Parts: sequence; C-alpha cells; structure tokens
Amino acid sequence: MPSFARFGNDLYTGRRSFDIVGHRRRWFTAAAMLVILSALVLGVRGLNLGIEFTGGSQFTISGTATAEENLAHDVLDDVGTDHVARVTIVGDDTVQVQTEQLSDLETTDVAAELADAYGVPATDVTSSFVGPFWGQDVTTKALQSLVIFLVLVSAVMVLYFRRWTMAVAALVALLHDVVLTVGIYAAIGFEVTPATVIGFLTILGYSLYDTVVVFDKVRENTTGLTEQTRYSYAEGANLAVNQTLVRSINTSVVGVLPVAAILFIGAFLLGAGTLRDISLALFIGMIASTASSIFIATPLHVLLESRRPAVTEHTEKVQERREAVLAAAESGDVAGAAEPVGTGGLIAGGHRGQAAQPRRKRRSRG
Amino acid sequence: MATRSRVHPVRTLIYLLIILGLTFGGLFASARWSDGEMSPSLALDLEGGTQLILQPTAEGAEVTEEQIDEAIRIMRQRVDASGVAEAEISSQGGENIVVGLPGNPSQETLDLVRRSAQMRFRVLLTEAGPGPIDPSALETAEDPEAAAEESTDEPDTQPEYTDAEIEEAARQAADQDGDGELSTEPATEPTSASDTAWITEQVMYDFYTLNCLNSANLVGTGGDDPDAPLVACAEDGSAKYILGPSELAGTEIETANSGLYVNQQGIVTNEYVVNITFTNAGGETFSDITERLAGLATSGQNRFAMVLDRLVISAPNVEQQIPDGEAQIRGSSASPFTQEETQSLANQLNFGALPITFEVQSQDQISATLGAEQLERGILAGLIGLGLIVLYCLVQYRGLGLVTMASLLIAGAITYGAITAMSQLIGYRLSLAGVAGLIVAIGITADSFIVYFERIRDEVREGRRLEDAIELGWARARRTILASDAVNLLAAVVLYTLAVGGVRGFAFTLGLTTFIDVIVVFLFTHPMMQLLVRTKFFGQGHRLSGLDPRHLGSEVPLYRGRGRIRSGADSAAGQTIAERRRAAELAAREEEQAQANAEGEDTAGADEPNGVTADASAGTGSKEGER
Repeated sequence: MPSFARFGNDLYTGRRSFDIVGHRRRWFTAAAMLVILSALVLGVRGLNLGIEFTGGSQFTISGTATAEENLAHDVLDDVGTDHVARVTIVGDDTVQVQTEQLSDLETTDVAAELADAYGVPATDVTSSFVGPFWGQDVTTKALQSLVIFLVLVSAVMVLYFRRWTMAVAALVALLHDVVLTVGIYAAIGFEVTPATVIGFLTILGYSLYDTVVVFDKVRENTTGLTEQTRYSYAEGANLAVNQTLVRSINTSVVGVLPVAAILFIGAFLLGAGTLRDISLALFIGMIASTASSIFIATPLHVLLESRRPAVTEHTEKVQERREAVLAAAESGDVAGAAEPVGTGGLIAGGHRGQAAQPRRKRRSRG
Repeated sequence: MATRSRVHPVRTLIYLLIILGLTFGGLFASARWSDGEMSPSLALDLEGGTQLILQPTAEGAEVTEEQIDEAIRIMRQRVDASGVAEAEISSQGGENIVVGLPGNPSQETLDLVRRSAQMRFRVLLTEAGPGPIDPSALETAEDPEAAAEESTDEPDTQPEYTDAEIEEAARQAADQDGDGELSTEPATEPTSASDTAWITEQVMYDFYTLNCLNSANLVGTGGDDPDAPLVACAEDGSAKYILGPSELAGTEIETANSGLYVNQQGIVTNEYVVNITFTNAGGETFSDITERLAGLATSGQNRFAMVLDRLVISAPNVEQQIPDGEAQIRGSSASPFTQEETQSLANQLNFGALPITFEVQSQDQISATLGAEQLERGILAGLIGLGLIVLYCLVQYRGLGLVTMASLLIAGAITYGAITAMSQLIGYRLSLAGVAGLIVAIGITADSFIVYFERIRDEVREGRRLEDAIELGWARARRTILASDAVNLLAAVVLYTLAVGGVRGFAFTLGLTTFIDVIVVFLFTHPMMQLLVRTKFFGQGHRLSGLDPRHLGSEVPLYRGRGRIRSGADSAAGQTIAERRRAAELAAREEEQAQANAEGEDTAGADEPNGVTADASAGTGSKEGER
C-alpha cells in the first residue's frame, strides 16, 4: 500500500500533520461528553448482568438434532418449577437454557430431562449453578486489582518517564477507556459475565501499553527541548503523535484482528461463552484505547506540562523567534528567514539545480 | 560502521536455538522416558468435568490462610478416598476454594466436597488395631474383645475373607445377648460419657467391621452425631476407636499452637508440645472432663480423642485434672513429637476452633463434547487471527511481513513449549480463558515487531543507511518494547495474584506471552533483521522488501555539506548516473511543491502550531548538525 507508506512518510517529516494537540479542547469536550453519556446510560439502564452475577442455573445442550425452544420450555414445565426460563438457540445445534437458581436435585432432574427431550446423551448437557455472590466476588476482586494495578503502574510510569504528567494523562485516558466500554455495554445491553470483566481488565493493560508507545516518542521528541527554539513543547508532542500514528493504526488493526476473529467465531459458532464475552469487551476497549492515547492522553499531558514555568518560558521564546523570522522575512533579511522553524526533522536541502541559480530576470510564479 | 564488527546476530540466534532445543528436548525426554506429555493439560472447561467454587465462611471471624489450607487438605483427603482421580483442589485469590473434578462426578462426591468438617472432643472407650474382625480368630476365642485384638496382630492376612464373612463374624461377636438382632439402645442408661454402656451391639458391630487399613475409610465424611457414640479410625490408619458422645466442641478452643515444653523448673527443653487454650466455658467443661478421666486412670479409660471430620487426630492420656483451660499435649517419651507433628496438630486444632462452612459460589458441569468443541473453535479463531495478521503485515510491510510471520511462529513454538512445560512442572492447565489470552497475545506480540519496523522506517526516512537504521531503530524500539511489555506484565501479575477463576488463566497466558514476546524480539527478530540486511533483497531495499528507501520518502538527496550530495539509498555501491538524475529531478519537483506550500503557509502565519515544515527552508542544517 504505497499511499499508506507515503502517508507515514509525510506524517513523519511533518510535511503533513494533524493538529491533534492544538485542538485539544475539541477532543476533551468530546471525551467528556462520551464519558458523561456513558455514566448516564450506566445509571439509567444499568448493566445487563449475566447469571454469574444474579445467581441462577444454566444448561447448555450441545449437538442437538433439533433446535426448538419449546422442548426446553416443556421440560421446565414438567419439572414443575415456576422459575422463569430463558432459552436461547446458539448456532444450529446448541441450546442454552437459563433459569433461576435450582436446587441440586432439580438441576440433575432438569439436566437429565433436557438430554432426553433433545435426544442427546446426558453427558452432552452442561449445567452450571452460580450462587448469587460469585459475581460480586469477581467484581470486588476486579476492583481491587484495578486499584492496585493503577497505583503500581503510576509508580512505574513516573519512574520511567520521569514526568508525573504522563502518568496522570495515561491514567485519565485509561479511565476514559474503561468507562466508555462499560457505557457501551450498558447502552447496547450486552450481557456482562465474569469473562467480560476479564476483558475489561485486559483493556487496562492494553490501553496503557498503547499510551506508553506514544509517550515514548513524545519524550524522545521533547528531550533537549530547551536547547532549540524551532518548536515548542506542544508542537514536539504533536509531531510525536503524528509520527506514531501509522504505528498506532497498524497496532490497533493487528490487535483487533485476532480479537475480531474470536468474536466472529465466538458469536456465530459458539454462542455466549467465555470467548465471545472476553473478545467483545476487548474489541470495544482496544479501539477506544488507541483513540484515547492519541486524542486524550497526549493533549492532556501537553496541557499539564505547559503549566510548568520552564515550558511556558520556552514556548514564549519559540514564539518570539518565529516573529523575528517573520519580521526578517518581511524586511528581506535572507539569512534570518532561512532559519528553520517548525517541528519537522532537520532535513538537509538538496542541490537545487540550475533553476536555483540567480537570474537576470525574475520569473513570476503563481 | 565501527559497531558492525561487534554485531553477532548468528550467536544470538544460537541462544534462541538453545532455548528452543532445551524446552522441546526436555519435553520430549519427559514424554519418552517419563510420564510426561507432549501437549499441555487442559482445564475442565476444555476437557469436560465439574468445577465448584466454594467460599469458606467462618462464624463471625475471618478465615485465615492456614484454615483454608487445612480445609483443602481435608477436602483432598475426602475426594482422594472416594476414588475420584485427578481432582484439583486449590485456593484462589486467597479466599476461594476451587474444586475441579473430572468427568461427571456423583452427587455423593459433590456433597463430600461441600460438607464442612467439625471438630469434637470425645472420650475414648475402646481402642483396637486397625483391621476388621478376623473370622478365624472368632472360632478359637470366645471373647469377642480378644478376637478383635488378635486380628490386629496380623492385618496382612485380612484380604482372604470376603466382606460377607467378616460381617457375619462381626454380627456373631457383637450380638452379645444372642437374640440375633443388633440393638441400638444402650443396655443400661449411661451415667457419663465415659460409661461403656454406650457401646451397644450395633456400635460393636460397626467397630468390628470397620477396616482402617482400607484408605477409603480414612476419609473424613463429617456429619457425626455429637450425642451418639462414634466408631472412628485414627487419622493415619494405625488404630480404630470407640468413642463416647461429644462433650466439647472444637469451637471451644480459643487457640492452639506448637511450642517447646517448659518443665517445672521453668527450663525450656527441646521437646515439642502443643499448647491449647480453651475459652472460659470450654475451660470449665474441659476441667470437668479431665477430673473424671484422671479418676479413671487405673482402668485405662483416661483418654480422650480429638476428632476432626470423623477421624481421630490425637488421643492423649489425661494424667491430672486440668482446671485453668490451658492444656498441653506431649508426645510419649518413647516417640516425642517433632516440630512438624506439633505444628500440624496445632493447625488442625485451630481449624476445629473455627469450623468453616462452604457456600457454593458456582458450580459448572461441562460436558466433554462442549469442551472439545470450544477448544477446537478457539484454535480456529486463533488461526484465523494469525492468518489475518500475517496478511496485513505482508501488505503493510511487504518482505518484513515474512519476518513477522517467522517471529510469530517462533513465539508460538516457545509458548506451546512453555505451557506444556508449565503444566508438567507446576500443574498449570490451559483453560478457555487462557486460550483467549493466547489469541489476544498474538496481536500484542505482533505489535512489538510493528514498533521495531516503524522505528527502522523512521531511521530510513531520516536518510540513514539500512544497516545503521536497523541498529539505531533497534536501540530506540528496544526501550519502547521493554516499557510497554513491563506495563503488560504488571497487569498480568496483579490480575493473577488477586483474581479468581477464569481471570487467572487469562492473566497467566497473557503474562507468559508478554515474557516470550521479549525473548522473541531480542533473540529472533532483531538478529534476523541484522542478518537479512546483509542479503541483497533487504539490504539494498528491494521494492518488495518493505525497506525501500525511495518508497519511504527518503529519495530526497541529502546534502552532506561541502557540495556533496548523497541519496538515501546510496550505499558504498553508489548510483548510476540515471538514478542520480532521476533523484535530482524528483528533488526539484518536491522542492517546488514544498516551496509553494511554505509560501502559502507563510502568509497564513508562521506561528501556527505545526505550520511550517523544515525542508522548505533548506540548506543550513545538516544531518550531523542535528545529532
């Protein structure tokens, strides 16, 4: 894909540049709105919790000859439970039945009768019973890990980048990703199972992973910032985002591809299950992570960083010099105007050929 | 380049080969000469089976880790004795107990696991050797007690009698009044727990038939009636006992610990003892019991037994009344306690002090069919994902895509080896969540290569020769890869230590693959690039190699000062005149365009954040100057 490589080249040299840091207000507003919306949806609709959280029994009958819901309903009526049952047909040979909590005896009964009704050996009926506190337990543990992880990772990032603003920005982006993903779950009404929680937790790692790569480039571009006056901190950071843009896109594509594969297989061939639940959460989360490390983490970092006196001072210096260059250009001072300005790497000029030589008569150019 | 002489890609690759060789050689050797397997063992959700997640709770108190360990020990004992092979019982996340039973276990087995274990103090009425009654002994000796005693002398001769014969003999011996029926009522009203009237004919019968040599009977089944006498085996199967009704519950123990015996002179000896402290009420009851038992010292009935989960864990003699609720168990002078023994006994007592009840958090019964199907589909998903990634990389990075593919294959091989080794060394079992972790990891692993390749390309864009670009790009990519992998690893470790159930399996594979990612990038991808750059295809930036400098926008001739110009692709080989002309032409066109742009932007205002590009202003900065 030559155009994509060309795109990368242009982004790298700064010939083409998306002003991502400059438009931070726009991104922050959008992100804040999304987060608020997510929180609202979460508050109003709530999450569609799976039986792992509410407690209940679930049966999966695999390899059935017929995929009729009625058979399962009949069985449950026979057993004489007044439990509400939810029957889902998955793929063309798997039936899933969810009921409220059944006792041990009832579970065995129902499993046997289901096997009978669908004409499969009893061993092909999978039953699971979940106590009402299991999901809570998983969630508590997940929140616990979340807090510990955040503390540890902040420490690591502060140590690695030596700038606390990067850690803060990365964490804000991370929270954004998680809230957004959960919000989307609430909005669409996907079922939340412990496997989904695993997915949410993985987003943590992935989101930070992505941010670290971008920040690494930001740091590289802004080391020795004060030793030059061609570009300000914000511009250096913006260049970094642009330079890693191709990588970000490639990374998210490569990251999402296998997840999409699981999602596809999980949703169409396996039905609800660990694979689908993990991959769905990851699918949403990975895309959000890539976006947030570009549009939220870096601008936020720049915003925080530009409050530092050293950086403000430097930015002013850059401005001053630019004005000087402009003034010089206007006044026709060639030496002054020739000074490089901007974020692009210093690319040496080529030989300009004959055309560049002085002429007796200046051609007019459009 | 000066560093080139120090680059030893082949040597690095050999390290990788050694790692691979050791892993697979080890696996192969263990499969060949030991009972190892060449494939990882699967968790229940892939293999089929039943998984129970139990949450232990103790009345009004925190469950300590020692108690969970003790509970697991008891459970394992029960399950093993019930004949279920390969049951997995482990604690997860510090407070849950996960029980995995292969296949389709019976309801009894499930109940066995879930039942809580109680500890009780009972007085010891009769003791005998571990074997059941010996029918032949019955014929010679009229006295049933003697028969029981005698049978213990040669327990190895037992198997020659059928169960029916033993039962018949026991029935005869136990039926003292000869009415052919086993009465369950005591002959006389027992006056105290130590009264032998508790031994009814039925109890006697149970006692005779009980075979403590059979490990199935060395299983705590729990559920003993505290108000009735009990026939029980010693924990290690060395003896069997008839015990009176429970007089003191284990919950009356406040604490128990192992320590060194302090003799009457206050000198610490090197003899290990178990110290038990009772609660106030428990201390009083214990005082009463010991008073009574001390009085029975002459009849040999001065023993009481600590029964945990229907097994006698200790049956000490009482020498005197113990009034203050502080008891001490010493070993006999013939065989004093070791520290391990006292520690284990103290743990058991502590466990009994706070009996744990289990709440079933979840119970999953997975059919083998579904498990196999899920594994199959999971692998399919992985292959599709892998294929898509390789395809994408080939399109994006051309020749480098092949490097990606090879790296992923190596990573896959190491991962497979590592997981198989783990399942043999630490009993790891691959679960569905683990498979998901592996599939997700494909993307994260591939990303390391992308980071590296992009860095190489960046360097090429800066106008460096390919060989230098590969080294400089590596120096920078290495840091990024390490930092981001560290974050990932951290996430995996935190998840693994804290989480329960599926989360753990996922975290494990994620952490493992992150680690392997580092190995592959360092030991394969980088040296491979170093080698490949020496080939004509990659080294001269073939159009399809993915490293084509022209393609990467490095065709602008680079001004090196003093009127010398070199092009990005220019290596020692040099360029043809035609190439140089073409480059110059391109440069001129580029220049014009850039200038036009620059002018346009100049008018727009140079202070626009990212407005002006540097190449428009030409000439003053050289590459060397920037560094």
